[in-house]
Amino acid sequence: MAKLDTITLSVLQAALQQVCDEMDLTFSRAAFSPVIAEANDRSDGIYSAVDGSLIAQGSQGLPVFVGVMQYSTKTVIEMIADGRCLAPEPGDIYIVNDPYLGGTHLMDVRFVMPVYRGGKIFCWLSNTGHWPDIGGSVPGGFSASATAVEQEGLRLPPVKLFKKGVLDPEIYAIICSNIRVADQRIGDIRAQAAALLIGQDRLNEILDRYGDETVVEAIAELRRRAAEQMRASIAVIPDGVYRSQAFVDSDGVVNEPLTINLAIEKRGDTLTFDFGGSSKPCAGPMNSVLATTLSSVYLAMRHIFPEVPISAGAFEPLIVKRPEGTFLDAKYPRPVSGCAAEVSQRIAEAVFAAMVQALPEKVTAAPAGSSGNFALGGNDPARGRDYVMYQISGGGYGGNAGHDGLSNGCSTIGISKSPPVEIMEQAFPVLYRHYALREGSGGAGRHRGGFGLAYEVEILRGEARASFVMDHGRFGPQGALGGRDGAPNSVTVFRGGQEHVPPHLSKEQDIALKAGDRVRVGTPGGGGYGDPRQRDPKLVAEDVRLGYYTAEQAQEMFGVGL
Amino acid sequence: MDEKFSASAGNVVAGIDVGGTFTDLLLIDGKAGGKVHIAKTPTTVENQAFGVVAALAATGFPVDGIDLIVHGTTTTTNAVLERHLARTGMITTRGFRDVIELGRRTRPQAYGMTGTFVPVIPRDLRLEVSERVEASGAVRVALDEAEMRDAVKSLLAAGCESLVIHFLHSYANPAHERRAAEIAAELWPNGHITTGHALLSEAREFERGVTAAVNASVQPILERYVERLRKELAAKGYARDFLIMNGNGGMISARFVTQESAKTVMSGPASGVIAAAYTGKRAGFGNLVTYDMGGTSTDVALIRNAEPAVSNEIEIEYAMPIHVPMVAVHTVGAGGGSIARVDAAGLIQIGPESAGANPGPICYGRGGTEPTVTDANLVLGRLAPKKLLAVDNPVTVERVTAVFEDRIGKRTGLSGVEAAGAVLRLGNMKMAGAIRMVSVSRGHDPRDFALFAFGGAGPLHATALARELGLPKVLVPARPGITNALGCVVADLRHDFVNTINQPVGGLDEAGLREILERHRNEGEALIAKEAVKPDAIRVTHSADMQFVGQTHIINVPLPSSSVTRATLQQLFEKAYFARFKVELPEIRANLVNLNTSVTGVRPQIDLSRLIDPAGRAATLEQARREIRPVWYHGTWHDTPVYAREKLPLEATIEGPAILEQMDATTVLEPGDHARSDADGNIIIDIGEA
Repeated sequence: MAKLDTITLSVLQAALQQVCDEMDLTFSRAAFSPVIAEANDRSDGIYSAVDGSLIAQGSQGLPVFVGVMQYSTKTVIEMIADGRCLAPEPGDIYIVNDPYLGGTHLMDVRFVMPVYRGGKIFCWLSNTGHWPDIGGSVPGGFSASATAVEQEGLRLPPVKLFKKGVLDPEIYAIICSNIRVADQRIGDIRAQAAALLIGQDRLNEILDRYGDETVVEAIAELRRRAAEQMRASIAVIPDGVYRSQAFVDSDGVVNEPLTINLAIEKRGDTLTFDFGGSSKPCAGPMNSVLATTLSSVYLAMRHIFPEVPISAGAFEPLIVKRPEGTFLDAKYPRPVSGCAAEVSQRIAEAVFAAMVQALPEKVTAAPAGSSGNFALGGNDPARGRDYVMYQISGGGYGGNAGHDGLSNGCSTIGISKSPPVEIMEQAFPVLYRHYALREGSGGAGRHRGGFGLAYEVEILRGEARASFVMDHGRFGPQGALGGRDGAPNSVTVFRGGQEHVPPHLSKEQDIALKAGDRVRVGTPGGGGYGDPRQRDPKLVAEDVRLGYYTAEQAQEMFGVGL
Repeated sequence: MDEKFSASAGNVVAGIDVGGTFTDLLLIDGKAGGKVHIAKTPTTVENQAFGVVAALAATGFPVDGIDLIVHGTTTTTNAVLERHLARTGMITTRGFRDVIELGRRTRPQAYGMTGTFVPVIPRDLRLEVSERVEASGAVRVALDEAEMRDAVKSLLAAGCESLVIHFLHSYANPAHERRAAEIAAELWPNGHITTGHALLSEAREFERGVTAAVNASVQPILERYVERLRKELAAKGYARDFLIMNGNGGMISARFVTQESAKTVMSGPASGVIAAAYTGKRAGFGNLVTYDMGGTSTDVALIRNAEPAVSNEIEIEYAMPIHVPMVAVHTVGAGGGSIARVDAAGLIQIGPESAGANPGPICYGRGGTEPTVTDANLVLGRLAPKKLLAVDNPVTVERVTAVFEDRIGKRTGLSGVEAAGAVLRLGNMKMAGAIRMVSVSRGHDPRDFALFAFGGAGPLHATALARELGLPKVLVPARPGITNALGCVVADLRHDFVNTINQPVGGLDEAGLREILERHRNEGEALIAKEAVKPDAIRVTHSADMQFVGQTHIINVPLPSSSVTRATLQQLFEKAYFARFKVELPEIRANLVNLNTSVTGVRPQIDLSRLIDPAGRAATLEQARREIRPVWYHGTWHDTPVYAREKLPLEATIEGPAILEQMDATTVLEPGDHARSDADGNIIIDIGEA
């Protein structure tokens, strides 16, 4: 075997990446669920045959899945080894969504497929897709007040959904009997499997061309070098301990904030993340499972160092102490439906808030950091049918060393677009009164935060129930280095002429509404960066001229009289 | 207006394409047996018309002897990308003026929580009026005409030259937008009023609003340019109407083009693809992946059965969608100027940083210090130093090699030449991956396609890319450097129509579908009849955008005729879906999203056989040979014959390795490749085993 040269190594790095990118593309284009097809709430990767560790992952996968699937793949390998899972055969695809077995929330369904070479498993391919429903008490699965995982939906341990390439009709029937809008899931299942099969074809082409042994050697070397690259990125940070806190408004059941306490210790070329002192596991669905907590740290670091490729090697110098006994390491049967959408973003915010002290040129003040889930389920009498509508929304990004924050940016953990108002009004009996930039919401700073979104929806016909799983209602996204916090999230419900503000501010389930009732939402503005009094007064004047702030706000927030 | 004429073989037709650096002209003199005149002059950025006139003058051909001028312009492209836009106001439904600033909650890249975005129309020039139409098209709040008048007056007072009226659900009921436009027209001093529904009658307020905003803000700029050019040409004796390339790959009279100015934003790339389709068809290649490599970016498009793919959903930069039918050209952010470096992991990476045109690659001698893909070609003997077009202060090959050794070689244990070889190989590999994602990975078998390489740098990399992509053949046209100008010469008149249906196939009214498709045909024919140029024939093609019920992505399915049945639709769709994803879903119903029609006024065939002057061809291959020089392939130097492309004998066959040089392009044949030239002067390369 020829010694592995730099050129071959560089070529194989790009080739493995392309396999994953092509799986991502196929999955999105063929999927039915708009969450996958439009919002790209999915991810595909290649995993080690030995321990499931991540070899390569698609560059356009949903950020919250960075690193997660290596834990579920590892679990599948272990469960096969100890006999809890049936032994694999070529053409088999396992399905699993159990949060406690290396997952996120139940809606994120993973497929795991062995790739065989010469009769032996060479590696695993796996992907995750967010299914629009997985059963449970709330359509769509985002409960604001579940108290056990059984209320959140169907939980699948790793089982073979495809046996020797053929869909198992029994398992499929069990799934369909337990979820809503089951008739379209066959499309997503086929799309999710098609992506893995395309990945297998591409991977085989690479193996045939370069030889299995060369690729194995390259994978090991790439892992070593990714670790080296992350270490080199870390090494420039001054040694020390960087502390931060972030708060989840409440768990949706007990109306008290949950605290994330983070101390990041930089020593040599490693970072150690210690969440000690964070809140205990909570009653409501704002718990996080370990895999999601780890992934949240990884995705935050990737936002800071986007040039380091995603692989197990890159995670090696990031040592996360297991946050046992806290809500960031939830065990069965704690409810977890808020972990991937909201808690993960607070973890990322804590990482940003600590790291901005260490790397002020690279890290931003806190972004809005909420997926802004607003679900409306009801009956449309004009069409004689039930509906479930989801409004996801963006918010302001944090100011940073170079620029003001972006307005109405996507959630930290997502890359998905929000639906157009016109499409929502076509599909559901609602009317938007406004859909606008939320003036004044950007946190003051030398570089101010971006602006959140302000929208108001009126029910046109029938009755409906509104649910919210948002965050940052109690405290706005944190400013950095003297910058002020962005405006907090706000939800107001107007029903029967009365104004109702959810007691938990950003979370509530099943608020009964009738035609004419309205829901008004303001999403968070980004945190400001640096002392607002250092902002160029000309920029403040320009912001006032464009109506982003009032003259009073210019005085009060920036100390600029106009 | 002149009498209608057919741009037939007996006419003189000039195609002029204005690119970023050069203005290219191709004139075919039908009166002199198809004699070809070519000119390449510097683009005059402030006023492209001067460069156009200079290019005409450079041919020495009398301008008053030209029967038809077809023009591809980047006036609107540059205006948008550089944000040199006309001052434009927007009037929206109350509560919705921020739609074009909010976008669809995105960020420029998946990782990195930073980014900036500047809306096409600033917030203080976006005003709201009371009016509201529901999704059904029912009017909920009547248009407040007094408010409308006040808003128009305010925008005029603010110095706006152009106006957009963008109301919610105007695609379902355009009455309010139409009435508002009437009111505005009473006050507005010019015709620059764009209504949202007129350009794009589809739901999605952000995309429709941005498309309308782009249209309005480039309209005065395009109009002024067309007027300047008309005057310049008239002064030289060309008094006829001239035509302009649209982004859909069809041309349209300069008299009508400004109404839908947004369609010219992709004019340049579209004309290249049209030339590729035309050239490929004549050479017997209907299925092509086209590949135009420039300094900072590379344009890729797919042609099937000699028809370029058309898309209604082009995003020309971050959060800047232009949703009108345009040739689906995908831009990959890598080119000859892409910079190579060794990352912290000790691996070689290419891009995404680019040296651009300034300072450009090291070998341009403009102060570039970072090794680029173009520099690697120079080090490896693929590109001759004297063949570089835009060099200020020549830099020796030795110096460039030393930079590769220093920047890449030292950390990877490679010599300067080996490092350049690695950069080229990796650059090609990455480029191939990006091309695959937008072309053959979408369910096409690469073996059915040939790579059509053009632009200055395309043919340099074409054989290596084809090998990576598994494409068996490469087609290099006679004049790779002026392909866009050729596109202008051969383009047809073309109009595209889209109607949104969005209904399951089972419930469709077949007569209604036929009516829509036939209306498209009639409208298209009427538009073409207004043009000064008379086509040889009218060709009408129909297609359907379809999906399974519940999906959001669509697949385009060509329809055999306007008489479509539900059964045909279902069947054609299922076949196309299986071809793309290898998935059958008999359980799920199909949905018809859009009906599309393109009506093409087919221009007479143009003879391309004299693109390379037959008189200049040598009798034997040896006579066309310029030199033998060492060129680096796959890790070693090979003595490689270098031929003057213009001198190659007709029907020549050439075995790789070989280099073919011409004025503005260099084609590389790798060892094992086998090439022949055809009657039109194309080089057709069979890719050898790697």
